[in-house]
Amino acid sequence: MHEFSIVQSLLRTIGRYAAEHSATEVSKVIVRVGPLSGVVPHLLRTAFDTFKEGTVAEKAELCIKEEAMRLHCDDCGRDSGVSSPMFRCQHCGSLRVKACNGDELILERLEMECP
Amino acid sequence: MCQECGCSPDTTRKLLDVRRKVLEDNDVWAERNREMLRGYGVLGINLMSSPGSGKTTLIERTIDALRGRCRIGVIEGDLETDRDARRIRQRGVPVRQITTGQACHLDAFMLHEAMHNLPLDRIDLLFVENVGNLVCPAAYDLGTGMNVVLLSTTEGDDKPAKYPLVFRRSELMVITKSDLLQGVDFDPRLAVQEARAVNPLIQVIVLSSRTGEGIGEWIEYIERGAKS
Repeated sequence: MHEFSIVQSLLRTIGRYAAEHSATEVSKVIVRVGPLSGVVPHLLRTAFDTFKEGTVAEKAELCIKEEAMRLHCDDCGRDSGVSSPMFRCQHCGSLRVKACNGDELILERLEMECP
Repeated sequence: MCQECGCSPDTTRKLLDVRRKVLEDNDVWAERNREMLRGYGVLGINLMSSPGSGKTTLIERTIDALRGRCRIGVIEGDLETDRDARRIRQRGVPVRQITTGQACHLDAFMLHEAMHNLPLDRIDLLFVENVGNLVCPAAYDLGTGMNVVLLSTTEGDDKPAKYPLVFRRSELMVITKSDLLQGVDFDPRLAVQEARAVNPLIQVIVLSSRTGEGIGEWIEYIERGAKS
């Protein structure tokens, strides 16, 4: 349960960008989360809603884009996309697969109200 | 603000593409730690695992095995108590305890502060025993030269698939308590296969701190790391 710490970092970063652009308010926060990131999206949302109070992102909507993970199969050589941490080739069912990505935890975009 | 729809006519909406890691501020401290350790010529080893997988015992074993060959320092991370630090102190090496209170992991800043309280100029190897937890510590780069995950045979061979991030971020998986393999349904081959699905390059050592099996291989591995 480190979503609270993650959200505190996120809010610090948002605060920095908002100040840089003299934003009066942040209305939307878009983050990208991979299935191997260790982050549970609904816990991230709960943490965000708890900690955003009193910050420039107080009214912000958190938009979580759950990224798919690309698996490469050592048996059939094909790639498949899965959205959960499941390690089975979607084409041939082999377990001899490698994850090519999936650990993303990225602040993608901010929507801000600026004077 | 407009009473009709809530829009703010005096402001304009700006879209900003950020595309930065959420934990970027941690990574800044991790980089400082990396530089600091490099500057002192110290190899940092971040040990991550569930509670009770044998991190402290493996550190004790390692201190004994390397006595006279390699100077060791230890940083202990725990939610509460300094019991692990006291155990290590009895071995006569410098140790610092980080008590995280609520936090279920160490972050790079906590480590940085603790490093300032250790004689880095007089050690070659710094063990960082992370908080016992297979999930949260993996998200935080500490800036150590090596990330190691311990998986004990009593935990089950399915953990790499269930807790993938820590296996993805570690260069070495140490399967501990190999002396108990006869009594538990743990298939090392399955654990290795699943760990390599998330991290194709992960190295594996199977050992028992109790019987000493595999300890030689472990010592060789870290000595090799300390020299490079």
